[in-house]
Amino acid sequence: MLLEIRQQYTFYGVLLYVASTIFVLYLAMGQPEEKVWNGLFWMIQLFICVNAVAKSFLQESRGRMLYFYSIAGARDFVLAKLIFNAALMILMSLVSLVLFRILLGDPLQNFWQFLGIVCLGGCSLSLVFTFLAAIAARAQQNAALMAIMGFPVIIPQLLLLIRISNTAFGDVIQSNQWQMVLALVGLDALVVVLAIILFPFLWKD
Amino acid sequence: MRRHWWKILCIVLLLYNCIAGLLVKLPEVTAFETSNLYESMRNFFFHVPMWFSQFSLLTVSLVYSIKYLRNHTLVNDLNADEFARTGVLMGCLGLVTGMIWAKYTWGAWWSNDPKQTGAAIAVLIYFAYFVLRNSITDMDKRARVAAVYNIFAYFLYIPLIFILPRMVESLHPGGKGAEGNPGLGGDSLEPAMRAIFWPGVLGWTLLGVWISTLRFRVRILEEKQQQQVA
Repeated sequence: MLLEIRQQYTFYGVLLYVASTIFVLYLAMGQPEEKVWNGLFWMIQLFICVNAVAKSFLQESRGRMLYFYSIAGARDFVLAKLIFNAALMILMSLVSLVLFRILLGDPLQNFWQFLGIVCLGGCSLSLVFTFLAAIAARAQQNAALMAIMGFPVIIPQLLLLIRISNTAFGDVIQSNQWQMVLALVGLDALVVVLAIILFPFLWKD
Repeated sequence: MRRHWWKILCIVLLLYNCIAGLLVKLPEVTAFETSNLYESMRNFFFHVPMWFSQFSLLTVSLVYSIKYLRNHTLVNDLNADEFARTGVLMGCLGLVTGMIWAKYTWGAWWSNDPKQTGAAIAVLIYFAYFVLRNSITDMDKRARVAAVYNIFAYFLYIPLIFILPRMVESLHPGGKGAEGNPGLGGDSLEPAMRAIFWPGVLGWTLLGVWISTLRFRVRILEEKQQQQVA
């Protein structure tokens, strides 16, 4: 089931998207200060995620869905999608982190900490958007619906991420940082469980 | 008459809540000496019960959505829709009363406090639910997709309202610092205030249920009429 890597055209498309967005950002902004850097980074992650993950369900044709349906159960299918998208998003996040460091300057003080947060963040963004894409794919005007449903739902996670990653920029000390990381992991787990329980209901058609 | 007792109870409780909430003597220490609330503390009797009411209504909506997924009937779907609608209405009322209060206590209608943001996002999530419903024309499919989204939204709404506000600093009363409670101050309530507050919670919740059931009956009648025409 994990052989969706065949769809390489999307992969390179998204890669190009990442590179060009960050390059445009560099042309427009130069090298911003820490807070702006952090905010911009996560906003770019959000848009990359919408573009990369949304494709996963919206581009499937009916015939192929039927094919997947015949060879695997709904649970396996959604699990495979979740894992694939999470991996894709982590990869994209790492690429954009490298590009950010090269082009927009390097205000990071705790690089490894930020790296960990980036992986976690990419993972949680992609989980939520995978499930929302599954819902949106059932409705007809999917792209617009994706944005309408996605942005309110994603704001809490995004706020948490920005808050946690602020600590990687220096000596800002936040007492309950681990608590927030745990909350984020908990949210991710919640989304996975919900997706596994609820997806079979979306699948039947 | 016997079936209407809870509606009468609702009216009585709300009347009591409004009159007593405006007339009761506020506790000297918590309202005047140790905080800047003063008379604006009375908003507590109306604002907080609305959030309780919103929470209960959305929970009822969740239950109907789960019931729909187990047993596909139109009744469950319509119920889920109407309870979510009234829940969002209560949420908007809670936001508005909170904003009016904030204007006089914090000096601005909107000050980007984490709790204000959280509440606004919660309302937005449910607005997305209605947009989703309207975007699907096929009735069975609409009900199924909407039920799935409703369950998903509810489980994201819980951390938004109950967990995240406890973790960040806020100006909101009862929420001083990281151990703050999202709603009420817990132990700091005077017995006299409790005696007005909890009936208020029940009264506003009953009002929400009443509105929802009325709207639900209207929807059922509309469906029947459409079937007769068709």
